[in-house]
Amino acid sequence: MSLPFLLEIGTEEIPDWMIDGARQQLAELFDQLSMSKGIGAGTSKQERERAWVEATPRRIALYSEYVNERQADLHRTVSGPPRSAAKAAVEGFARRYGVSRDQLGTQVTAKGEYYCFAERVLGRATCDVLAESLPEVILNIQWPKAMYWTAKNGSRFIRPIRWIVALLGDEVIPFEIAGVMSGNVTSGHRILGAAQIPVTIANYKSELEKNFVILSANDRAKRIRRGVGAVQDEGLLQTLVYLTEYPTVISGSFDPEYLKLPAEVLVTVMRHHQKYFAVYENGQLANRFFAVTNTDGDPEGIIRQGNERVLRARFNDARFFWDTDQHKQLADRVADLAHVTFQAKLGTYLEKTARVEALARELEECPSALRAAHLSKADLTTEMVKEFTELQGVVGGLYAREQGEPEEVWQAIYDHYKPVSMEDSIPRNRAGQLVSIADKLDTVTSCFAIGLIPSGSKDPFALRRAAQGIVKILVEGKLRFGLKKLLTNNAQGPKLEEFFLDRIRYYFKDIRGFKYDEVNAVLASGWDDLVDVEERLVAIQAVRPTENFEPLAASFKRIQNILKQAQFTGNGGAIDPALLEPGPEVDLYTEFQDVRSRAANQPYRPALELIASLRPKVDLFFDKVLVNAPDAKIRQNRLTLLHTLLAEFSTIADFSEIVTNG
Amino acid sequence: MDSYQEIIFKLKKYWSDRDCIIQEPYDLEVGAGTMCPETFLRVLGPQPYRVAYVQPSRRPADGRYGENPNRLYKHMQLQVILKPSPADVIDQYLGSLGAIGIDLRKHDIKFEEDNWEAPTLGAWGIGWQVMLDGLEITQFTYFQQCGGIDLDLVPAELTYGLERLAAFLQLKDSIYDVEWGGGATYRDVRFNDELQFSVYNFEMANVETLWKLFDLHEGEAARLLAEYRKLVKPLPDGRGSETATEPRPSGSADKLRFPLLPAYEHVLHCSHLFNTLDARGAISVTERVAVIARVRKIAVGVAQAWVDQQEPDAATRRHGDAASEPAEAVR
Repeated sequence: MSLPFLLEIGTEEIPDWMIDGARQQLAELFDQLSMSKGIGAGTSKQERERAWVEATPRRIALYSEYVNERQADLHRTVSGPPRSAAKAAVEGFARRYGVSRDQLGTQVTAKGEYYCFAERVLGRATCDVLAESLPEVILNIQWPKAMYWTAKNGSRFIRPIRWIVALLGDEVIPFEIAGVMSGNVTSGHRILGAAQIPVTIANYKSELEKNFVILSANDRAKRIRRGVGAVQDEGLLQTLVYLTEYPTVISGSFDPEYLKLPAEVLVTVMRHHQKYFAVYENGQLANRFFAVTNTDGDPEGIIRQGNERVLRARFNDARFFWDTDQHKQLADRVADLAHVTFQAKLGTYLEKTARVEALARELEECPSALRAAHLSKADLTTEMVKEFTELQGVVGGLYAREQGEPEEVWQAIYDHYKPVSMEDSIPRNRAGQLVSIADKLDTVTSCFAIGLIPSGSKDPFALRRAAQGIVKILVEGKLRFGLKKLLTNNAQGPKLEEFFLDRIRYYFKDIRGFKYDEVNAVLASGWDDLVDVEERLVAIQAVRPTENFEPLAASFKRIQNILKQAQFTGNGGAIDPALLEPGPEVDLYTEFQDVRSRAANQPYRPALELIASLRPKVDLFFDKVLVNAPDAKIRQNRLTLLHTLLAEFSTIADFSEIVTNG
Repeated sequence: MDSYQEIIFKLKKYWSDRDCIIQEPYDLEVGAGTMCPETFLRVLGPQPYRVAYVQPSRRPADGRYGENPNRLYKHMQLQVILKPSPADVIDQYLGSLGAIGIDLRKHDIKFEEDNWEAPTLGAWGIGWQVMLDGLEITQFTYFQQCGGIDLDLVPAELTYGLERLAAFLQLKDSIYDVEWGGGATYRDVRFNDELQFSVYNFEMANVETLWKLFDLHEGEAARLLAEYRKLVKPLPDGRGSETATEPRPSGSADKLRFPLLPAYEHVLHCSHLFNTLDARGAISVTERVAVIARVRKIAVGVAQAWVDQQEPDAATRRHGDAASEPAEAVR
């Protein structure tokens, strides 16, 4: 018989950003337990869909509709002594299982006939199994930062556990964690609900709802969406879903006078500091906001007024910072960067600025980029950035505009931290792209030089993101810089190249969706110019489905193997046409010369199509001609032919990397 | 509407009714209520303790010449330590808001993750900032470590920002307009402090003098710690070494009367001098990390010696380990 199961871990407020991960972990941990203990009854898709894990800031709940009441009995055959064994040995075996000799069976194996016993291990009641195992399941949830709350060496969890509901059918599954006994009593919303609510599995959700707890994250999200209208900020929505048990949206406003401050600053205050949704009207920031409260409403407007007052204070601060900062031009702030550390061993931001300027110059003589590089870090000394660190760069750009820098320069400063993620766009102008690359390249190469190399999940300086950003800018900005040259002169040169190669591979494969073997094939033929890499990839992708391509790739792999076996490296010089055998060999040679001359100076795609058209001649060659000819001179000449063919056509991609069926 | 001082009275009364000792402010300059011995030292060791006090807290870099309506060089914290933290600690805290007239059914309260760390004290904890209608009114921290030492009992620390709370309750846009009591505003009482200390900290503090003071206080703390270590170090001839079983009563008595609390005051002076030098822009990049490490070393040294002093028996058994090498016992 199967029973429904409900577990609720009641806690103090869990950090919003950890909750989704904990839900997944709990589901997995319970699945593993069900399997290892043989208690999970629900195996069909339909049955699985009736299981769920939900969470609010104060609880994580797991429900499974089909759990066996008992573990299944275990039947197993235990092998005993051989049929020919002494009587005492047989009786000893029987005694071990509490039976007499004639209750034993026999079985014939390859080695002969043996006594055996059909043992039946009784399954235990699931309630007992769960009582034993659930504490471990709960405490095995991994958190980014767990805590003690009773004493050192006590239980650790993300926040103190204050109650536990554990029901199997109508029965409480009894266990204890950190002095908290499981039971059937949950707790409602901190302010609006009852503190102690006895529940059954059947009425659990509805009792919570009556006590102002909406258990389902989706339902809470829907409530917020209804209140806000068009939600443009899904990240903020997710945060608020997990900061509330009963979200209710209120609307507030502020003095339009503040709209004179840059929208970037206002939105940052609202979004990052107050967790409000900014409101736009006709594409313009409006003097309104939505706040999501953990209440059932604000009939007297008290909460709205409170939030408006806080926002006013924040905006006043921002205005104060703006005005104060204007007293000193960005250009005059550069020297102050001598007091701002970049990294203990890598010196100050003033030194970094000098390095970034030099790198930018090395990339390209672009006066706007040099000016922007010079000013790029100056905003780190402003009050505005000290307060709103997430606005670094943006503030510098806004101040540069205010102080009359040309558009190309202020935009370059504004954008130079971009792209901050793979979804983010690259800097909008060339100068910004140059400064961004120079800045990120400096960070990556300097950190590598002093041994700060990312490993596993450790990447404190976000070097992967920086390198990924460089790749994205080079490709999408169509910047044809020799990347390798920029990576030499580093104590960690080879590691640095490998690191970049990984980022390049990730970019084209995971972000751009090229097939992994195409990426490998193209990168094997060089990756110094990433714009060129992209062009070659696009060509391969287009030509790959044509009939000749994959078979030719297979032949190229064969050629490579033959050359490898013959340890032929091509130092023997040119092909001697006189030694070529008439028929397929001469035909291949003639066709090869023809293709070579026609493909030269062609864009990649037609060039590839031409190369692919060699396929019938290559096939015929392999069909009819023995490469390993007895005559050494002929053999040498044939290997030279193949080698030349391979070398000639591997500049676009190493076709042997292409994975073919066959 | 309650005045600023009435709000303080009510909060003190509330915690007094919940078995807290009501202490008066510590009479030295500190950056936060956490740094007072009533928190920094009392959270160490196995003794339960409950205490509440108002602590004027100085942050030289936050001074704004009395011009910014929300920022102060010196603000008042109500600091509550509940050691060990009771299971209903959050309910008790919410009750204190009720006690000062906040009807939580009409407000929006949220607990948002905010972990606390004080590198100069070797201390950190896990907790929240408590948000009331979008305003941060309290820091709520479960201490995990202090002076580099794992805490035997996990205390809850509640730190109320009293000016903000009063401005919130009195519906004021500026802290300076808060009614203090006796017909005076916050401005009447405190404006001169804010203006003059901002001028001093940002413009007139003599850097050379401050450095000298720093060195002197650091030296005195270090000297005392070295003296204390002599009391716990094994004697050179092997007496009182690991194998000795009989306690050393005279040593214990010497330790109990040893002035670690005065040593800690010198640590506090150093910490404040560091903050002032920092606000003055006198600490260079390379110096900064090193100066933090210097303060930390003596702070951690006092914390470890204090634990040793409070457990004299354990101390004689354990001489020569953590207490004798404070700087190295901590990562």
